[in-house]
Amino acid sequence: MMLEKFALRSRALLAGAALSALLVAPAFAVTPADTLVEGFAIDDIISMDPGEAFELSTAEVTGNTYDLLVRLDLSDTSKVKGDLAESWTVSDDGLTYTFKLKPGMKFASGNPITATDVAYSFERAIKLDKSPAFIINQFGITGDNVTEKAKAVDDTTFQFVVDKPYAPSFVLNCLSATVASVVDAKLVKEHVAAVTPSADYKWDNDFGNAWLKTGYAGSGQYKLREWRANEAVVMERNDNYNGEKAKLARIIYRNMKESSAQRLALEAGDIDVARNLEPNDLDAIAKNADLTTTSAPKGTVYYISLNQKNPTLAKPEVRQAFKYLVDYDALGSTILKGIGEIHQSFLPKGDLGAMDDNPFKFDVAKAKELLAKAGVPDGFKVTMDVRTGQPTTGMAESIQQTLGQGGIRLEIIPGDGKQTLTKYRARNHDIYIGQWGQDYFDPNSNAQTFASNPDNSDDAKIKTLAWRNAWDIPDLTKETEAALLEKDSGKRADMYKDLQQKILDTSPFVIIHQQLEVAGLRKNLKGFALGPSFDTNFVGAVSKE
Amino acid sequence: MSVADNQVAAGRGSARAVAVLSSLGRFLVIAVTTYLGLLAVTFFIGRVIPIDPVLAVLGDRAPTAVVERTRREMGLDLPWIEQFYIYVKNALSGDFGTSVLTTNPVMSDIRRVFPATIELATLGTIIGAVIGVPLGVLAAVKRGSLIDQVARVVGLIGYSVPIFWLGLLGLVLFYAKLQWIAFPARLDVVYEYTFTPITGFYLLDAAIQGQWDVFYDAWRHIVLPAALLGYLSLAYISRMTRSFMLNELAQEYIVAARAKGLSEGRIIWGHALRNAAVPMVTVIALSYANLLEGSVLTETVFSWPGIGLYITNSLQNADMNAVLGGTIAIGSVFIAINLLSDLLYRLLDPRTKAG
Repeated sequence: MMLEKFALRSRALLAGAALSALLVAPAFAVTPADTLVEGFAIDDIISMDPGEAFELSTAEVTGNTYDLLVRLDLSDTSKVKGDLAESWTVSDDGLTYTFKLKPGMKFASGNPITATDVAYSFERAIKLDKSPAFIINQFGITGDNVTEKAKAVDDTTFQFVVDKPYAPSFVLNCLSATVASVVDAKLVKEHVAAVTPSADYKWDNDFGNAWLKTGYAGSGQYKLREWRANEAVVMERNDNYNGEKAKLARIIYRNMKESSAQRLALEAGDIDVARNLEPNDLDAIAKNADLTTTSAPKGTVYYISLNQKNPTLAKPEVRQAFKYLVDYDALGSTILKGIGEIHQSFLPKGDLGAMDDNPFKFDVAKAKELLAKAGVPDGFKVTMDVRTGQPTTGMAESIQQTLGQGGIRLEIIPGDGKQTLTKYRARNHDIYIGQWGQDYFDPNSNAQTFASNPDNSDDAKIKTLAWRNAWDIPDLTKETEAALLEKDSGKRADMYKDLQQKILDTSPFVIIHQQLEVAGLRKNLKGFALGPSFDTNFVGAVSKE
Repeated sequence: MSVADNQVAAGRGSARAVAVLSSLGRFLVIAVTTYLGLLAVTFFIGRVIPIDPVLAVLGDRAPTAVVERTRREMGLDLPWIEQFYIYVKNALSGDFGTSVLTTNPVMSDIRRVFPATIELATLGTIIGAVIGVPLGVLAAVKRGSLIDQVARVVGLIGYSVPIFWLGLLGLVLFYAKLQWIAFPARLDVVYEYTFTPITGFYLLDAAIQGQWDVFYDAWRHIVLPAALLGYLSLAYISRMTRSFMLNELAQEYIVAARAKGLSEGRIIWGHALRNAAVPMVTVIALSYANLLEGSVLTETVFSWPGIGLYITNSLQNADMNAVLGGTIAIGSVFIAINLLSDLLYRLLDPRTKAG
């Protein structure tokens, strides 16, 4: 009897404890009115120093927090417009670029912006020699000559001297890349750390790199307040900004990797924008009355590539057969729906000279004919390295199925992103599926990697995508270099069209689609737009109702 | 008390000291070997995994010359053994290197993320013990009854269902549908960048500072992951409590106590549970240690910025300094908790006093 009573009481106690653990008032999930909260996979960030940062999410942060001499003209992306520069001239020999800065500009710190800051920014980017430095040093600028080649003539005049008469569009496009962001020299110099020179690094200081990895010394619409690796990036309005001030006081990027988690948080109102949505979540958001979506084509193409070290894959007919064994339409209407547009040329739409006709269709008969001509009428077995995650896994499975119809038995080797990349970079794959985003907004960026391979030896200094697939192409390499020196934009565009056609006809690259960057947003947002590149996703115009 | 009795008592006292000291010594040996083993295994796994650590530092686009320079700077051109030696040498002087991902010294990262894990695991263990112990006692007392069956099913689910699955279900139900709890993180954005933690335990910090709105917000974030971890430990604690209690209830002193006419309540809670409490300390401590190291998936599901998430991210990026540092931190806590529970056990249980 006693026991029973006791048990009853305990049961009530247990239930009470369980209930109180869960009993919490409903959430009033609303982000603050002056703050934009974006759910975004920002786990790729390794540095916030514009001289070093080269990742997609840092590009967006840098684009919003730093100014450049010139910027991509969003109304016509084949042109640039002045940012800190008011005007510029190119000398008759095509070697000297002279920029006149707008007067009276300030950094977020309050320091004035002078040509000396611009020169210092170039000097440190070159001398640090981090990943994106090649964008500047491909003009023959080295640590030894940068102070001569990129210098301040006076407070408002900056001079940039290149080694060959490149197409001005190419030079200016490269100067609109984030590596050319202008830093506050006075502020950075207060934070430099001493370095003992070595064979690898001959300068006695780090140009503020250690500090700028998480610090900030810019003049953009927003200033960087904080970056916590894998957690968040926080930006605040820069009240010293030289143009129209940002509308919101604060922007927070919260690291969220999963599409479904972003969708949940967006629906609940805990974030204002979801940035990494897969087609099904995107669909659900489009149907929700409180939410809306937006998208913009980006300079990123998805492709599969065939390693020419594999003798079967090196046969020209086999290379072509693969291009007929991808069901582009099916991919476009399922896995890529809303997040990609079928695109078969290596230049993304929006680039100078980009081609937009997609000649290849899924055609098993044609592919079989080509395979028979190549001497493999019954197909063959081959492997493909696939990084886990979407859309690559879905694409790989579809391609596996369609290749099968042509007799090619594809084995998928799934792996972590960094794992498959390590293998790809060592040329140890058969087939690789992946994406390539251009390094700067100019056709040369992708032409160089897809259509040139100056040295196909294993220990080559320059390792382009053509190199990674052991595709030896001296003629195309020359043509790619020649396009850089063509000053007439029209003629330059034609040269890139020719290169794209040759890649379509002969390359081991099956280019499938161009990425559409998508975002799901709360309806109360105004002015949110994605730009044509990752550093033009500006948030300064965003406001809330 | 006779002279002889006194000597026996004194002898017992020193025997106890010797026992404690010898177990301390044994633990030191175990700790050192465990550390070295942990270091060696983690280090060499890090070198064997087919990920190029330079890729993590530079990203995919770096030119070859930069890649090679960085490889030299990171000491990756040296033989493995030499790399390991350098690592251990630095680690002994308290330098665990710099994390590639966060660019901070690994130690400072760990100091920042560990409190989040400890807060979560502590709350989880409290929930597990507060519910698990009475549940286990009841199951033992009413063996074969409905509540015993319920306890068994609860335990079975806790053991067999992966926690991330329960976590996702919980999120869909309590966050997405019912909106009872806050979304995965430690705090809402409103607070995250205005609140200054002191100890790193947000609930405690908010209470100390009297910021009850922050406390409430932190509670709404922690309640579901802590409840899930609590459930895991509840499953274990209740099962162990049940078996300890069954063991005690079968002892003769219980029969004697019943014969003396003591109330069932006093017999169960006053006598049996008190004796079962000694091994329970170990069980709860072990369960706590398990939650600390096993919170990896929970932290991932709930974006909880603790050490589990830190190690997961680091591993995915071949950020080996961070992985090693995190492993050592968790290993240390594990060893410390084991040592503590063992000592407590020896101090509490009269039967282990003589060694």
